[in-house]
Amino acid sequence: MTVQSEESVTVPTAPAVTDITVTRPGGLRVTARHLLIGAAVLVGLILPWMVQSFVMFQLTQVMIYGLAILGLNLLTGFNGQFSLGHSAFYGIGAYTAAILMSRYDMNYALTLPAAGGVCFIVGFLFGLPALRLQGLYLALATFALAIAMPQILKFHPLEGLTGGVQGLVVIQPDPPALLSFLSSDQWLYYFTLSVILVMFAAAANLVRSRTGRAIMAIRDHPIAAAATGINTAVYKTLTFGVSALYTGVAGALGALAVAFVAPDSFSFLLSVSFLVGLVIGGVGSIPGCLFGGLFVLYVPNIAESISTGLAGAIYGAILLLVIFVMPSGAAGFCRYAVAYIRRSRTPRNANQH
Amino acid sequence: MELLLQQVMAGLAAGSIYACMALSVVMIYQAIDHLNFAQGEMAMFSTFIAWQCMQWGLPYWLAFIVAVVVSFIGGVLIERVLFRPIHNAPVLSNLVAFIALYGILNSGAGYLWDFTIKQFPTPFGTKPIFANGLMDAHEAGMIGVTLVLLALLYVFFRGTRLGLAMRAAAANPESARLVGIRVGWMTALGWGMAAAIGAVAGMLIAPVVFLEPNMMLGVLLYGFAGAVLGGLTSPGGAVAGGFAVGVIENLAGTFIPYVGRELKLTIALILIVAVLMVRPSGLFGRNVVSRV
Repeated sequence: MTVQSEESVTVPTAPAVTDITVTRPGGLRVTARHLLIGAAVLVGLILPWMVQSFVMFQLTQVMIYGLAILGLNLLTGFNGQFSLGHSAFYGIGAYTAAILMSRYDMNYALTLPAAGGVCFIVGFLFGLPALRLQGLYLALATFALAIAMPQILKFHPLEGLTGGVQGLVVIQPDPPALLSFLSSDQWLYYFTLSVILVMFAAAANLVRSRTGRAIMAIRDHPIAAAATGINTAVYKTLTFGVSALYTGVAGALGALAVAFVAPDSFSFLLSVSFLVGLVIGGVGSIPGCLFGGLFVLYVPNIAESISTGLAGAIYGAILLLVIFVMPSGAAGFCRYAVAYIRRSRTPRNANQH
Repeated sequence: MELLLQQVMAGLAAGSIYACMALSVVMIYQAIDHLNFAQGEMAMFSTFIAWQCMQWGLPYWLAFIVAVVVSFIGGVLIERVLFRPIHNAPVLSNLVAFIALYGILNSGAGYLWDFTIKQFPTPFGTKPIFANGLMDAHEAGMIGVTLVLLALLYVFFRGTRLGLAMRAAAANPESARLVGIRVGWMTALGWGMAAAIGAVAGMLIAPVVFLEPNMMLGVLLYGFAGAVLGGLTSPGGAVAGGFAVGVIENLAGTFIPYVGRELKLTIALILIVAVLMVRPSGLFGRNVVSRV
């Protein structure tokens, strides 16, 4: 428990300072944000030596969910396109990895780019019809994707590939010879951590780039964005692709972590979990995604441990409570808290001069 | 031809369930501008209330009325207590609050009345109304009640001051407030009405799918699809959309060879999305309806 709370304190504090939208002149300035990220990474590196392997497995899952939620966030939070279909991309990623490993003996590390590539293409293609749809109508289209995915995975003629209802068993990767002092769970944790770090850094860069501004401009005002020369169709479909890529890589990591894929683990409910994680973490916040992952992994378990019969009700009540306290998620809450502290501090400083 | 007719009739019978649900989905959408994920669970809970009343010895119609009234009050209370405080929060936060409500109602009903499947009586009987046994009296009754509800709603929204005020509050809250409409209470009223319609839908659906806490999950998904297909701004469109979903699903399952049986829901949804490609705000979006 202590470890959990430590993580939940360090990670979500980061967004507070991250969200500075104005580009500052270059130079290697170390800001509070850098320190916080550094501290979070350090905690992430030390954790596997301090907790039991089951907790470590859970933390690996948290990171994987965080990555999947980041995928959804790129689409919904930064581009303003709504999706209930990300369970499908997660499933496609997981199955791509599982099929490549179990049927074609591919190295597990290589399955991640493969899963990402497949999901990018699927997401991009799905983004094309999505251009026509907005709001709830887009929600229905993506919802169709989420409903279709388990059915397609169970579909008889594809059984030779997907394993049908039975699913596929994946062999958990062993640590490489050089790092053989690590247990299999620890290696998986570090492997996931390194993938997550790269992907989160890439997402942060993407959002800060010219492309990222175009993506956000489309969210804020599509017509104005188009008027300033942004090709909205291209950016929207590409964002769909990249978003699917992120969630697909998360799916592939998930397949490695659980060492098993089955059609019904990628149902609509998974999409709902991602959505909950997105909102709780903070829409449009990159570090918030990890907090979202933490929430969707642990809170249902906590609810279950309070009362098995009323688990759903307790989960709902906690969810409502969190929404009441932090209507814009953990990231919004931190942003508000930092602003509040700054405001209360300013006059005192002024008096000293 | 015989097979086609048979499947269309079966589709209409199933569609009447979806139409009922789609109608209440659209109702709440018009009142609050969000899609209520917990709508199905609210209907399920209302149906349980009716069932409980009947267990206590009340006759069917009295239980029916009690359930509708309690649901109306419950709907208003949910709006006042849970959603009023967060009505300024982002849309997605509202959505998550719906998901939370879903969990609370579902698990609460399971706790109070457990998860065993229960029979629910029908007031219409189950005798087939056609010689070939295609549609029974209950299904016909369900279609009838859905159409009557639709007509009543039409009269209410087009013909009464209150209906007009509710439409104004949903369409343009600021202006509505300026002309003296109490927008907050209109929203609460919309919740109450949606809950009451949901209660009727739940009590009509329960004899078919049987009463249990998860009875509404599938129905809500189809109802949602029907509402979107018909156009979220049009109650009539939602009913038509609900029937259409039932028919499409049945026809796809029967007539599309090879993939039809296993993937009929997928095919139905793909067809709906294809329709939306051509008409992005549903078959009967706002323009068409306002001219009627």
